[in-house]
Order: sequence, then structure tokens, then C-alpha cells
Amino acid sequence: MRRAPKDTEESVRRITRRGLVMGGLMGGFATLLAGRMRYMQVEQADTFRLLAEENRIKFSLIPPERGLIFDRNGRPIAVNEQIYRVVIVPEDAGDLENTLARLRKIIPLTDEQAEEALAEMRRSSPFLEYTIADRLSWEQLSEVAVNTPALPGISPEVGLSRNYPMLEDFAHVIGYVGRVSDYDLSKIEDPDPLLRLPQFQIGKVGVESKWEEPLRGKAGNRRIEVNAAGRVMRELDRQQGVSGVDLQLTVDSGLQNFVQARLGTESAAAVVMDVTNGDLLAIGSAPSFDPNLFVRGISVADYRELTENDHRPLANKAAQGLYPPGSTFKMVTALAAIEAGVVTAGETFYCPGHKEVSGRRFHCWKRSGHGWVDLDGSLQQSCDVYYYELALKAGIDNISAMAKKLGIGVRHDVPMSAVAEGIAPNKAWKAERYEQDWVVGDSLNASIGQGYVLASPLQLAVMASRIASGTQIQPRLVKSVDGRETEVKGLEPLDISPTALQQVRKGMYNVVNSGRGTARGSRIVAEGMLMAGKTGTSQVRSVVVRNQDVPWEQRDHALFVAFAPYENPKYAVSVVVEHGGGGSAVAAPVARDIMLQALYGGLPPLEAYPSSSRWEAEQMRKDLKLREDLRQEASDRA
Amino acid sequence: MSYLEYNRETVPTGFRKVLYVNWALVVLLVAVSAVGFLMLFSVAGGSLSPWAEPQIKRFALGLVVMFFVAMVPIYFWRNLALLAYLGSLLLLVFVELFGDVGMGAQRWIDLGFMRLQPSEVCKITLVMLLAAYYDWLDVGKTSRPLWVALPVVIILVPTAMVLKQPDLGTALLLVVGGAMVMFCAGVHWLYFGAVIASGVGLVSAVLASRGTTWQLLKDYQYRRIDTFLDPESDPLGAGYHITQSKIALGSGGWTGRGLMEGTQSRLNFLPEKHTDFIFTTLAEEFGFVGGVSLLVLYVLIIAFCIVSALKNRDRFSSLLILGVAGTFFLFFAVNMSMVMGLAPVVGVPLPLVSYGGSAMIVLLGAFGLVQSAHIHRPRGRG
Repeated sequence: MRRAPKDTEESVRRITRRGLVMGGLMGGFATLLAGRMRYMQVEQADTFRLLAEENRIKFSLIPPERGLIFDRNGRPIAVNEQIYRVVIVPEDAGDLENTLARLRKIIPLTDEQAEEALAEMRRSSPFLEYTIADRLSWEQLSEVAVNTPALPGISPEVGLSRNYPMLEDFAHVIGYVGRVSDYDLSKIEDPDPLLRLPQFQIGKVGVESKWEEPLRGKAGNRRIEVNAAGRVMRELDRQQGVSGVDLQLTVDSGLQNFVQARLGTESAAAVVMDVTNGDLLAIGSAPSFDPNLFVRGISVADYRELTENDHRPLANKAAQGLYPPGSTFKMVTALAAIEAGVVTAGETFYCPGHKEVSGRRFHCWKRSGHGWVDLDGSLQQSCDVYYYELALKAGIDNISAMAKKLGIGVRHDVPMSAVAEGIAPNKAWKAERYEQDWVVGDSLNASIGQGYVLASPLQLAVMASRIASGTQIQPRLVKSVDGRETEVKGLEPLDISPTALQQVRKGMYNVVNSGRGTARGSRIVAEGMLMAGKTGTSQVRSVVVRNQDVPWEQRDHALFVAFAPYENPKYAVSVVVEHGGGGSAVAAPVARDIMLQALYGGLPPLEAYPSSSRWEAEQMRKDLKLREDLRQEASDRA
Repeated sequence: MSYLEYNRETVPTGFRKVLYVNWALVVLLVAVSAVGFLMLFSVAGGSLSPWAEPQIKRFALGLVVMFFVAMVPIYFWRNLALLAYLGSLLLLVFVELFGDVGMGAQRWIDLGFMRLQPSEVCKITLVMLLAAYYDWLDVGKTSRPLWVALPVVIILVPTAMVLKQPDLGTALLLVVGGAMVMFCAGVHWLYFGAVIASGVGLVSAVLASRGTTWQLLKDYQYRRIDTFLDPESDPLGAGYHITQSKIALGSGGWTGRGLMEGTQSRLNFLPEKHTDFIFTTLAEEFGFVGGVSLLVLYVLIIAFCIVSALKNRDRFSSLLILGVAGTFFLFFAVNMSMVMGLAPVVGVPLPLVSYGGSAMIVLLGAFGLVQSAHIHRPRGRG
């Protein structure tokens, strides 16, 4: 079809009108641009010329001072130390390679370092300072200062660097800072320009990472006028930055040091918690490492040593490590059964040394059997069959719910890296995780803390604290922020009958103090400081061989949870020694030593030990590698 | 569907077409590009490498493309419009999935001899499709809501895609360029008034909501707005570039410091001195006179296009030329505003001058369409 002539005429007229309007608007805008050009290049030319020729404005960021971290008594755990360094502004240096070559006559730089510096400077923007060498001696710094006229763009500076005076003690709790990586930047939506400063350091793990932003503070900046030769003429203005917040942790550095020393070379973890307010007094994980290595840039060899060590020094075993809790889980099963109303504390079951369920035989650790046992006896002697019976009556869902109530299978809100959630298994969990039905054997295994159950030492300490205090107490690691106390969480009572809790506590008391208790050798005899606890041995394999005859990595884990004083609980302790063997023989003595240290606020008198263990205690103290200053304090007191 | 009154007796055929090319426009395009070669030569410190030489080669290729496009009858391009538009959308999807990410947000397909940015192609295919649409639509229906909604969708689809990249500059060019075609086609004033009013309303709402409970943007986006309004508040980011760009441009004075005498080389302050900020160098080295000369060349190109469009009685041809001219205008207007600190830095190159293959070839191809429309315009008998 042919468009009607009228239509065409109408369309042409319309386009002509609109086209002219649009042309007019464009012309107008072009005139505006020309006017702006004239204004800038003619009217304001002198101003700009002055800026361009005689002076340039240079901005520089003033990095804020990172917040300090103290222990509960105000001892410094993370501080900033002064370091001498040499910075270069590529923009002012002109011929970079030449300048660098001259600098290398004064301070030793390897070819590798020089190459890296050049590459790094070409990558980042030319007006940003680049630290070319840090941790110089005062002599080297002065020599650079004297030679500055021959070194354009290079200036000696005094900077701050993170330092951890407690060395290995707090490596896992505090973590460390390190250079910002591209990966770090990719995770942050709108990175602070500070992070783009070459060699700026941010928290990588632990508290340093979880509290990164408050600790970092806000950058200040200053504008300075420089002349064409790069000399600073004057400071135009300066915005002061805001220093990071200071944190005070709940940890007691003396106790922490004792815990690390007591764990020694074992692959082990221990947590001490104040049951009245949730304060984490010590979070030990051994072996450890010196976080200062990471701040200064760790060598490949050192790093490999840490990553290839089979005792995994880099892992924070206290919060990330998950272990089958073994018999230390029996309090959970007992409380679940009593609360479900399927059993009373006085009810007895017969233990023949095993239990037949649906054609399978589940053994008690004592092959000859325990005979008739009630709740108290079952805890004392750690009878497995009693708990099989309870599991059959109470069912896994009750046990799982009780475990969560007591803090197992719950991710606690503690600012450390990769705090593990653990597993309090139930039917729904298994269906989701393995797409299989829950079988009765799973319940039996779970009832004695084996099978699918997994808990971290931190969770075991929370469990012991909650049983001891009867409250829903939550662990707390940060005591105060810039002097403002943080809130204590979980002072509400648990919804478990106080009678049931008391019966379980009584059982735990007997584990340590009665003639037949599994941990009798590790009791405390000091007046008003008696300890209650529970041993645990968790199988790493199912074959029954004596521990001494198998290689280290196949031995059982040794566990112990405890609280004291029994009458008026103050502290809870959990200890896990990986592949240590039996809980009573290996973990309980460690827990007792730590508990005594906490109760006395330092080395306890030997009289607190039962006479049979005093000699061992003395030996232990001799071999202990405590920090010098703490050792001094201990001897001053003594 | 109407068809062009294409008449073999009145429209030139074969080699006679060359005589009917709009040679004035060609000369202007060469002149502007030559300014570009000179500036690229200058910012490289008086050397053909690394930028001037490839740019000249690309320009030669672009001219070939332009003449090829010009020789093909315009109705052929009109019939291809929808296909070309869909094709460029496909390319956009393709780079979204497989493209290399380079220089921040720009994405391209590596063809070996050049890197093709589909977002550049889109700017032209969008204008083509809109022109073809209004050619097909009855003039009486132009302002009916339904027939206004359709082109709006046509514009917003590629816009949404480039915003995802995110490429603010291209998105801006697509929206405003498309709106220009709609405007020229005679869509009622009130639509544009409403859009502008709601735009102003939205901006005020965004600014007014800052710091209140119903804040519309994230804090850092507000900080970017601050940077635009007060470049010196962002010492390390775009603000520094703008401040330095203004200083360099302003210090050019009436006639500039002379070729290669700019402080650019000494300052070395911009990673984009050969692309987005090349006008700064021109204004610094050739001053107000140089800057305005380039602006005049640009305005002349626009003027020749508008004259050609208004003389053309074929609806598709006129709208296409106006659309290309409008897009071209936006390129240089946004870029110049940017380097003079009148607009935020959105990353739009200076057309035919900035270093970059895709934009150059696509623009010359677009001027090929303008030429084709010019050569094959309907002529009355006698």
C-alpha cells in the first residue's frame, strides 16, 4: 500500500518542526559548552595556571591508628609498634628504575624485592605512596634521610605496625593482620579507600578479622600544596581521622599462657569459661604459632612448616575442631530422658557388658559388665549400657533437643574465625544429610556421644557451664569496647527441672570424688574447691586394640569436662587431647591443673592436690614453659 | 507496510552514486579524526605508537565500511533493522556470558584484529529500529499510549542489559538517543514533559531521603554523588581526576601551551588520558581556540546531518539521520561536560577522537547509513 500524500506531508512537516527544535537545543548546549570553556580557559585561566605551574595539590590519606586489644586485666595483647620505613611516590620519582638503583646502594634490597616493587608501583596509581622497605634500623633511615636530595620522590617515614607481644598464646583467638589482597577487596561492596593503600593491613582471622571495621577506624586526609619540584609548600587543610576502638577481652592472659603451656606439644584444645557470666577466660589450642610472622610477611618455608604439620597448628581447635564428645555427652542423654519422663534418677538397669538391639550387639566399654546401675552409678563408672536403655526409651529427638539446649549443635556468637556449629543429630538431620532413615543403632551410638554427634571444645565448655549454673549462659569473648562493658547474655534459667540438674551434678561430683569414679586420680582436695566432671574417650576407629600399640593418628581422643567449686560453681573447663588415649588418664589431669590455676588466679599450692599426685604436679611445674614475666609474678607471690 | 518510492529513473545507480555522496560530511569526519590522530600522537609523547597508528588503520577500515554501507540502498537497511537490533541484543547476552572483562566495565568480543563492543553496536541498531518503527506506524497513531509504550520497551531492553555490566555512559546514550528519535517522530510533548518531571521528582526524592529512615540509595552511592558535586571531597577516586582535568584544561588559556607541551606528560595523572580524557589534552595544548575549533567541527557535522534529514522526504531516512546525529551529539556533549566537571564521570569517549576501535568503526558505519539515506533520497520527477 502506498502512503497517502497527505499523510506524507503531515509527517514531513512534523519531522521538520521537531528536527529544528532538536537542532536548536543541540546548538544551545554546544554554546553552553563553549561558554564553559571560555570561562575556564579565559576568565579563570590565571587561577588554573597558578595551580598547574607553581603548585599542585596533593592529597594523602592519614591511616588511622588501629585499636588496641587488651586482656581482662588490661595487659596488651595486640599493640602498634613504631617502625622505620622508606616510601616512594612514583609520580615524583621520575625515572623509577634509576631512583631505585640509587636507593639500593643505601638499603639492601634483593632483586626479587626490587622487581616486585616496580611491578606493584606500575599497577597502582602514580600518586599513591608505596612502601619500598620497612623495618629498617635507625641508622639506615638516617642515611636515606641524608641522601634525599639525590632520591626524588623518596622519603623516610615512621610508621606503625601491628605487634603481638604475647606471641603464640593468642594466635588463634586474636588472629593476625596482613596485607589486603584482591580477594579481600572482592568481598567488600564499597571498600574504604584506605584498603587500596599499598601495604595497608587488615585483620585476616580471629578477633582482628571479626572486629575489623571498628578496630580499623576512619582515615584522616590532608591536602598539601607542592611546587613543581615536589617540595611541600604548605598544608592546606587536614581532617583528623578517628582511631579504631580499643577492645578488652574476657581472656586472662596469665591463665591463657598457662593453658597453652600445659597443653604443650600435644595436639589439643581447652576452654575455660566463667559459669556466672559466660566470660571465656582461656581458649587454648595447641600447638600454636607466632602471629607476628604473618604481619611481617611469612616466608614460604615457614608457612609450609605450619601447613604440613600433622598437629595442624594453624587451626583453632577450640572453636573449629569438632570431635565426637564420647561419654562427656552422657549428661545430655540423662537429662533428656529424665525431662521426657521416661526414667527417674533412682531407676536401675542391668548392665551385662553389652546390649542386643535388632540383632546387633552394642558393647559397654567394660566387657564384664557393671551389673545394676542407676543414674549416679552410670555417670561415675561411665556405663554405656545404661545410656543405651535411656536412648531406647527417650528417642533421638529428645536427646538432640537437649543437646541444643545445652549448647551442642549451636553456633555460638563468638568473634573468632570459623566457629563450628557441631552436630546434634536427629531424624530430620539424617534424612537431609544422608537421605537415609534413622535407625535405632544410631540412637544408641548418639546416646554415648559417638556416631554422628560432634561438638567443639567451646561447646563442651558451654554445656558444662549450663549444667553447673542452671542458666542459658552464653560465651562472651569481648568484655568491653572503648571502655563500655558489653552485655552478659543468657542469665535466664534453663527450662530443665532443677532437681534433674542437681542429680546430674551429683553424678559428676562422684565421677571425680567417689572411690569408684573414673577421674578419681584428678580430684582437687582443697577446702571449698572440689571439682565435678565427666571423662570421655571417643573412638577414632572401631577396632579394639590397646592404645599404646597403634600409631598416633589412630588413637582415641581423650576428653574431660568439669566445673568447680562443686558447691558454688564458678568455672567450667573442657579439655580435648587429640589421639591422647583415655579421658581419665590424659585429659582429666590437664583439666584439673587448669581448673586449679583458674581457682587460685595463679599457681596453686601443692596441698590442693591429693597426696598421690603431688610429685607429678611438681614435675609438671618444673617442665612448664611459662612466660618469663608470669613466672616472675608467681615466684613473687610465693 | 509502506515502501520507499524508489525510482530507478531518479535515484542514482552504480558508480554514479559516488557523485551524490555528501562530500562535505566526509571531509568533516576526516578532519575530526585527524585531530584525534594528532592528539594521540601527542599524548604518546610524540610517537605514532602505541595509539595513533592503530587508530589511523582503524579509521581507514571505518571509511571502507562507511562507503560500503552508503552504496547499499536505504530500503535494504530499513528492512534489516529489526534483525540487526535483535542481533545486537544477542551479542550483548553473549558478552554477558562469555565476554572478557577489561578496563572496568567495558565488555567486548575479540575478533582478532579488533575488539567489538556490542554495546556500541546497540546504540546504532536501536536508532535504526526506532526509525523503521515510526516509518511503519500510521502518523495518526504516533501519540497513542500503546504505540508510545512499544518503543519505550525497545529502548529499555538493551538499556537494562548494559546497566547490568554496569556501563552508565552507554545506558545514558541509549535512553536519550532513543528518546530523541521518538521526539523527532512527533510523539506528543506531554510525554516528554512527564518523563522529565518525574525524573526531576525522582532525583529530588533520592536526595531528600538521605539520612532518613526511607533512604533510597546506599550510603556509598550518595558519596559518589558528593564526589560529583565536590570532586575534592574524594581525594583518591574520580574526584582527583576531575580536579586535575580541570586544572590542565583551565591552564590552557587562549591558545594553549603548544603541541606536546601539556603538563599531562609530566603529571601523568590519568590512566584514560588517551581515551575519555583526551579533550583535556587538546584544550591544554591548543587552548580555547583549539577546543572551540573541535566543537565547531562537531556542530557542523550535526548541522549537515540535520539539513540532509530535513530535505529528505522519506520518513525512515530522516528519522535515522536525526537519530545518528543525536547520538553523535550526545557522545561529545557528555564527554566534554565530563572533563569540564559539568557532569559526573560516566565513561563516554570523545567520538572519532578518543582511542578505541569499536566506537570509531560503529560511528563511521552509522555515517554510512546517513550517506545511504542521502544518496538514495526520493527525488521528484524532473
